[in-house]
Amino acid sequence: MGLDIRYPIGFLFSIIGIMLTIFGLVTDSNAELYQRSLDINVNLWTGVGMIIFGGFMLALAYFTTKKKAGKKEE
Amino acid sequence: MEQTFDLGWIDYSIMLIYFIFVLGIGWTLKKYMKSSTDFLEAGRSLPAWITGLAFIATNLGALEVIGMAASGAKYGIATVHFYWIGAIPAMIFLAIFMMPFYYNSKARSVPEYLKLRFDEKTRGFNAVTFAVMTIFASGISMYALALLMETLLGWDFNFSLLISAVIVLVYVYLGGLTSAIYNEVLQFFLIVVGFLPLVIIALIHIGGWEGLKSSLDVVAVNNGFDAGAYTESWRHMGSPESNPLGVGIMGAVVGLGFVLSFGYWCTNFLVVQRAMAADSIASARKTPLIGAIPKMFIPFLVILPGMIAIALTSDPDSGFALPVKGEAYDYDKTIPMMLGYYFPTGVLGLGLTALMASFMSGMAGNVTAFNTVFTYDIYQAYINKSKSDKHYLRVGQLTTIFGILVSILAAYVASLFNNLMDFLQLVFAFINAPLFATFLLGMFWKRGTGHGAFFGLLSGTAAAALHHGLTVPAGAMTLVKGGWLGTIVHTYPSEMAQNFWTAIYAFVTCLVLTMIISVLTKQLKTDDQLKGLVYSLTPKEKEEGLKWHEKPVTLAIVVGIISIILSIIFW
Repeated sequence: MGLDIRYPIGFLFSIIGIMLTIFGLVTDSNAELYQRSLDINVNLWTGVGMIIFGGFMLALAYFTTKKKAGKKEE
Repeated sequence: MEQTFDLGWIDYSIMLIYFIFVLGIGWTLKKYMKSSTDFLEAGRSLPAWITGLAFIATNLGALEVIGMAASGAKYGIATVHFYWIGAIPAMIFLAIFMMPFYYNSKARSVPEYLKLRFDEKTRGFNAVTFAVMTIFASGISMYALALLMETLLGWDFNFSLLISAVIVLVYVYLGGLTSAIYNEVLQFFLIVVGFLPLVIIALIHIGGWEGLKSSLDVVAVNNGFDAGAYTESWRHMGSPESNPLGVGIMGAVVGLGFVLSFGYWCTNFLVVQRAMAADSIASARKTPLIGAIPKMFIPFLVILPGMIAIALTSDPDSGFALPVKGEAYDYDKTIPMMLGYYFPTGVLGLGLTALMASFMSGMAGNVTAFNTVFTYDIYQAYINKSKSDKHYLRVGQLTTIFGILVSILAAYVASLFNNLMDFLQLVFAFINAPLFATFLLGMFWKRGTGHGAFFGLLSGTAAAALHHGLTVPAGAMTLVKGGWLGTIVHTYPSEMAQNFWTAIYAFVTCLVLTMIISVLTKQLKTDDQLKGLVYSLTPKEKEEGLKWHEKPVTLAIVVGIISIILSIIFW
């Protein structure tokens, strides 16, 4: 119905993912912050994971829309 | 404890961005809401993967995340019975056997199917009880969310309640069922990404599955069970006394696995509505099966943190302990406590957003189901029959506001129970357990009559109430837990066991009485009227154009096999 839900999902995950990745990189040397997560930079890893998933959703939405449009033209 | 989290700007930013997207989806969909079908049935136009994820996300509300983590801490791995035996078989049954009747009958809701198959009074009874039940469920979600925001963020309870209500109100009001379903898909992914890091870190901390096992062996022995009672799902089900759930194998398989779970998954319009919004009969049938795939693995996301929490609590050196409430642990705090314990600022905001998302999906799911049932089965059926479609679209929108207002009231009632899960089970037992008997007879026995269905259902619900009134779980302090009829006939080892048996009695009463009354009364519907509604009178579905791997049956077999393998691994 009108809106391809993969776009909002893709954008939301990408935006939050980028925020977390940058935040994770900036705070990487802050040992005190990551003590609770067993010295794992959980912001960075979650951020990277979200960017990958978000990008995948956007690509999927983009290419299926293009394919459909192509079919209509034929 | 009553610690509040110290959130940074990044945590608040993540929450804010999420809310903007949620409202944005509703706003974008507003222009497509042209008829009551668009608003209340999502135009019956959504592909299977969307309805399938929404199917599971709407169930992933307050009931799941907080309740299942709490049960994981309280009962250990036995909680998986709510999934592998208590959900998957019912979801497969719904997809393969029941969905064709729901979808092809052109009924717009579960109560409407009852009207087509039986009669007006059966529909009316189901519509009203369902409406009350969804409002309660929505209220519970709201209450739990507000309580969480109060304890975690230090926000005012009433303000938290209001703000979450307003957000759900706006996006459902604007985009109807489509908006709720789209947001559920978004919420589903957010819940996974928010809790996965928590599970991974907690599992590393406790020393993997083996480490968790040895910690929980100690917990089991300390609580008077065999070692392994918290980490082996079936081995200790021989008698109710030998497992923390307090339920024997009969109670678990018949009560939970058959009556309660089939009652919930196969007749609850909240979930069935998602499948009915699908774009074709094949998609509708695949909806519960696609939902079943994540459903099988959700225990790892919600039950594991609960189990790890109780293991950490029993270790005085861990620095983590569940707060105490009265004489027991405050199990409902499991997830928030774990988030605060492991997550630094940043992912903490993400985890909290995921938690809020889960509550909102539960709330919105109930509100949309309430909308449809109220508009079609109560308003159109009894109050104002023949108006234009525009009128019913408007009614649907206004019902959203009305539903949210009543949910807020219900939220204040919900605060009486210490485990939300048990409370919901109680409500389901009264209303849903007999209902499945009615549907079973309706779909597979053409002789079932309207009078039989109605009085069977009524006595089934009464039997549930009666059983609950005459029995108590061990250690019950209040009358809401049972025994309110004064005489106590039986004492169950746990509330869970009492709920399961309440359901079994209700189901059997409804089944037997519906059959007896049906035989004694005249079938008023002709075979022709029942075509498409009853199994034996409906031509077999031909799935032309579907390759073998696209057929719902293939997917059902795959789902069944995976859940059996999971059960064996964690036997």
